[in-house]
Amino acid sequence: MSHADDHEGTRRDFLYYATAGAGAVTAGAAIWPLVNQMNPSADVQALSSIRVDVSGVSPGTQLTVKWRGKPVFIRRRTPDEIEAARAVDVNSLPDPEARNENVAAGAPATDANRSLAPEGAEGDAAEEWLVMMGVCTHLGCVPLGNASGDFGGWFCPCHGSHYDTAGRIRKGPAPRNLPVPVARFEGETEIVLG
Amino acid sequence: MAGIPHDHYEPKTGIEKWVHTRLPIVALVYDTIMIPTPKNLNWMWIWGIILTFCLALQIATGIVLVMHYTPHVDMAFASVEHIMRDVNGGHMLRYLHMNGASLFFFAVYLHIFRGLYYGSYKAPREITWIIGMLIYLLMMGTGFMGYVLPWGQMSFWGATVITGLFGAIPFIGEPIQTWLLGGPAVDNATLNRFFSLHYLLPFVIAGLVLVHIWAFHNTGNNNPTGVDVRRGSKEEAKKDTVPFWPYFVIKDLFALAVILAVFFAIVGFMPNYLGHPDNYIEANPLATPAHIVPEWYFLPFYAILRAFTADVWVVMFANWITGGIVDAKFFGVLAMFGAIIAMALTPWLDTSSVRSGRYRPMFKWWFALLCIDFIVLMWAGAMPAEPPYSTISLIGAAYWFGYFFVILPLLGVIEKPTTPPATIEEDFDAHYGKSTAAE
Repeated sequence: MSHADDHEGTRRDFLYYATAGAGAVTAGAAIWPLVNQMNPSADVQALSSIRVDVSGVSPGTQLTVKWRGKPVFIRRRTPDEIEAARAVDVNSLPDPEARNENVAAGAPATDANRSLAPEGAEGDAAEEWLVMMGVCTHLGCVPLGNASGDFGGWFCPCHGSHYDTAGRIRKGPAPRNLPVPVARFEGETEIVLG
Repeated sequence: MAGIPHDHYEPKTGIEKWVHTRLPIVALVYDTIMIPTPKNLNWMWIWGIILTFCLALQIATGIVLVMHYTPHVDMAFASVEHIMRDVNGGHMLRYLHMNGASLFFFAVYLHIFRGLYYGSYKAPREITWIIGMLIYLLMMGTGFMGYVLPWGQMSFWGATVITGLFGAIPFIGEPIQTWLLGGPAVDNATLNRFFSLHYLLPFVIAGLVLVHIWAFHNTGNNNPTGVDVRRGSKEEAKKDTVPFWPYFVIKDLFALAVILAVFFAIVGFMPNYLGHPDNYIEANPLATPAHIVPEWYFLPFYAILRAFTADVWVVMFANWITGGIVDAKFFGVLAMFGAIIAMALTPWLDTSSVRSGRYRPMFKWWFALLCIDFIVLMWAGAMPAEPPYSTISLIGAAYWFGYFFVILPLLGVIEKPTTPPATIEEDFDAHYGKSTAAE
């Protein structure tokens, strides 16, 4: 209706499109803060790094700590558990990638690539510690530990995902291995998360 | 406003005329409640009133509960206990609100299945149907967020699992999940926004309910025969209908009274029967309950979500054809939402020329099977995710999709329906004898 009889660009057409364009930009600019306010706030975003004393953790036991609102499993594994994890053919796993923030992306899910060790540890001691997020990669429940499930590792009670002794998905609906967060040993008895 | 010819409001006194020329609100109400309604409606047509009552009940009890509730992770659980123990009559208000949600969903499922059987979704009522489906979706969102507010174990872990569904979307899932939660995990930011939306959405629902009512007041109510009201003249229409007020209002209020008797028996004597004891344990982000179960009204769709694991061939095929983008987790999410979208698409999936299932001999059996399927899925959804329940869920999910996408379109082609009566009056007279009393 803003069109005059001639179909060439008129002053009215220009004003029409300019007004509509300005209106669209204004609406977008008004809506964006309303959407963006739902993103994590500054205090939530502030990357926290925590230190965990693991001197009290003996082989075959585990510690669960809360880090960034989620549980982190720190398990000191027995030689049997390490052996069981090593014996698996990586290529036969549902998720053959290590999912470890501390090794190169896409590295294979070998036990060595999944585990953590203090500086200079050798033999079984080099693969003794397993540090990973205690959040099922299916829908975010906390898996049960202490040698649960069909593979002697973790079992998620929500939808029946079984993880092995290296936290790798073996059976059930979860798509990926339990992720290993950025972590390192400080000395022999302290782990720094984040 | 109504498409069926009937008497309209005529202002008589001076003050009525004065108001009417300025705001014809009395006419609007009059025309709405005097709508000519098919006189053969059966008892499955009461659920609309029950649902309207539920919405009013939830809004009324909800508004007063908010006067005592604190939406903060440290205080939410305690404030609900404060309502239960200290607030005058607080336990009753909360139990009404809790069980009101169950009555709401109970009624909406019967309302939806009524529509599915009598073909209420068919032309020209597609928009009424779609609006109804939107209301149902909003009800699910509102119910889910309301369940998070008491901040018990089931609240927390239900929220974690359901918001995790969005994390399953390829590529953009995790940012969306973080945006929805307001952080890396369900926490105070999540509780606050759920509270805000739980308060808002019922009013959006109320708005859509008005549109829903407006839409079917224009097309007229469906009825058990699926035959339209004659619209040739006011006299003709009167043979098929009676006014909503007072005839159906009285009938619906009687039904409401019977249902409320049962409802109050549950609220009074077994208020926690439909809940989970785990929700009386305060939320703990470090320990998942052994068995996370959603509220009963989500169970059929929860069963469909869990049915599609990585070892099901359709999942493997979808995974292969999309180059791994659609994994078992995303497939389950698509299936769950797809199961609801399938219902919304029924107007275009049903190819039969006959509206009401009453005159469709084959359809009847498939529909009965769908009702059983819904109940089986509801049961399977409450069971642990392991054999044989996972297999039962898979069969149930397969039938659900089969019904909507294969059986409904095919039935219209291969089925030979019986002949519906020519008019509603004919059907009514066949049941109740020739109606001369109205003359």
